[in-house]
Amino acid sequence: MTFDALVGVLLVPAIAAAMLAALPGYRLAARLNMLAALLTFVVALSLFFVKPKAGSYLLVDDLNKIFIVLTTFVGFTTSVFSASYISHEIEIGRLTPATVRFYHAMYQTLMFAMNLALVANNIGLMWVAIELATLTTVLMVGIYRTHEALEAAWKYFILGSVGIALALFGTILVYMAARPVVGEGLDAMIWTMLVQHAARFDPALLNVAFVFLLLGYGTKVGLAPLHAWLPDAHAEGPTPISAVLSGLLLNVALYALLRFKMLLALTPAAIAPGPLMVTMGLISCVFAAFMLYRRRDIKRMFAYSSIEHMGIIVFAFGMGGPLANFAGLLHMTMHSLTKSAIFFAVGHVAQVKGTQRIADIGGLTVTNPVLGWGLVLGVIAIAGLPPLGIFMSEFLVVSSTFARQPWLAIALALGILIALGGLFLRLNTIAFGEPRGPTAPAHASYVPMFAHLAIVFVVGIYMPPALVTGFQNVAKLLG
Amino acid sequence: MRGLTFDIAHMLAGSLVLVSFMQLYQDRLYALLNIFALHASVLAASVAWQAFIQDAPHLYLTAVIALGFKAIIIPVALHRIIVRLGIHREIETVVGIGPTMLLGMGLVALSMVVMLRVTAEADPLAREDLAFALSVILLGLLMMVTRRNAVSQVVGFMSLENGLVLAATGAKGMPLVVEISVAFSVLIAFIVIGIFLFRIRERFDTVDVQALDHFRGERR
Repeated sequence: MTFDALVGVLLVPAIAAAMLAALPGYRLAARLNMLAALLTFVVALSLFFVKPKAGSYLLVDDLNKIFIVLTTFVGFTTSVFSASYISHEIEIGRLTPATVRFYHAMYQTLMFAMNLALVANNIGLMWVAIELATLTTVLMVGIYRTHEALEAAWKYFILGSVGIALALFGTILVYMAARPVVGEGLDAMIWTMLVQHAARFDPALLNVAFVFLLLGYGTKVGLAPLHAWLPDAHAEGPTPISAVLSGLLLNVALYALLRFKMLLALTPAAIAPGPLMVTMGLISCVFAAFMLYRRRDIKRMFAYSSIEHMGIIVFAFGMGGPLANFAGLLHMTMHSLTKSAIFFAVGHVAQVKGTQRIADIGGLTVTNPVLGWGLVLGVIAIAGLPPLGIFMSEFLVVSSTFARQPWLAIALALGILIALGGLFLRLNTIAFGEPRGPTAPAHASYVPMFAHLAIVFVVGIYMPPALVTGFQNVAKLLG
Repeated sequence: MRGLTFDIAHMLAGSLVLVSFMQLYQDRLYALLNIFALHASVLAASVAWQAFIQDAPHLYLTAVIALGFKAIIIPVALHRIIVRLGIHREIETVVGIGPTMLLGMGLVALSMVVMLRVTAEADPLAREDLAFALSVILLGLLMMVTRRNAVSQVVGFMSLENGLVLAATGAKGMPLVVEISVAFSVLIAFIVIGIFLFRIRERFDTVDVQALDHFRGERR
């Protein structure tokens, strides 16, 4: 295999993981972690200039290029945040240097697994990669070893395993459908081959396969009836992992779902995957919006907000068509950036206040102005107020739906508004009013948070034409 | 010979469903582990037979993994964990055994109806294997849902996974089966070798999942 950028995005994290597992000092390890993540990002950027040829295991096309660049970028900024977060955790003794060593190695393993899932040209390989990503995050969610962390990890593990088991059954069914047409062996699992021949696949088998894949990978996306693991895993793990989970891992599972949706769209006799996705997306969005009101834990609240936004994204892709797909892609990108920025802020807030209970956090803009206003800005962005990027994408989702299915658009808009109310209700007590709870000065690196918010802000006002054409191409590809 | 090879494959896959049912009515952990060992052995036999009739030597590796890892190492390890933890040997079920069995029968009927209908054009062995495999998967899920005890949930997950391996080997010529079964073994080893059980025991002196449940997710 010749060396190219595709191998690079896999090799850099893999080597870094091995090195970090051997490296004892946590300060050095945190720097190496950042360096590796930066290097991966640079390699990923080179995909825009040099296009490696698709092999039988790896491929790159317009669709996964966006995902890879987004993943490696957020992976890098999170590693910067993680460095300051981790050193604080060691100071207060919540983590020991040994667990941090494990944590850093796992962080790079997770980056490796996610990149592998994104570049895999093989449905089996993609499944293995998503399983690996699940496993590493389970271990990281349980890293504090508290009662709650263990239960969260256990719940995540059981639900995640059942999810990926169902996804594997779906994968096997897709192979069964492809085998008579493409022929036995590896070819019948390769994306590029599947897409070429999809029109002649057995539609009935594909239908059943898609139901299993939607349930399986849908569990990982955090869609409503299958979301139970998500809030716990977000709330109890270290905050950098919450950021990566919300910002990236959900997207990776979504990517798997989109690939299979493309496959189904090419088989005329198969069921349309759209209505299924629209239903699950809408349920997730409205359900999570109501759940926002009774949250007492700040990280849990933003976890529910992630469910809501994944619902909107799945809804948009379910509607399909160039405009809705464009909106879905934009929303996914904006949500990744904004939500991870919020978790960067929340991580420092929890450290400053020594708690995640919303009742014990108050008046942040008075006590820690930079952090407090950063959080306010993040919540304004995630709630979908203009002029930030999420407003743009949500507006596009709702308006493109309105032209085709007005009732659905009204339900979706209602969900978004309810969520907005819930978020601002809590934000009011967290950020403004009398300062409450203990306060310590923040030793934070604000760069990643404000970098993300700046991008979201700029995109909300002006989208570079290159970005627009890139997203438009992919939107057409998605059908 | 075509008839005989088909019959044997059919019998082995059918036995797997039968053993899945046997798991459902066990009320002691030791007995459950023994039945699970039987489940994995039947799977190994079935996979080995598929390897023979499909002339696919790499599947023998999957059979060896099933036999060595899932039929011997895991049950022995779980056995020791149970002894060391001194877990109450009665299995607490959420639903009674009678209704569970009825539900199980319903699930098998469901998977037959679904799979046999949609695979009408596939070759007969593959479609019956798939129907059996889906039954085993659903019965594994049922077991995970109806048991409170962490060890029996793990056993439920493993039998679910056995169903997946059955499906994967039944799909003729499917690549990566060995890799996938290795990936699953790693997954299971991670839990079973005990990070979770060990820690759960360390902290709460119980592996009854319900004891973990008083934390309902919200800090008060």
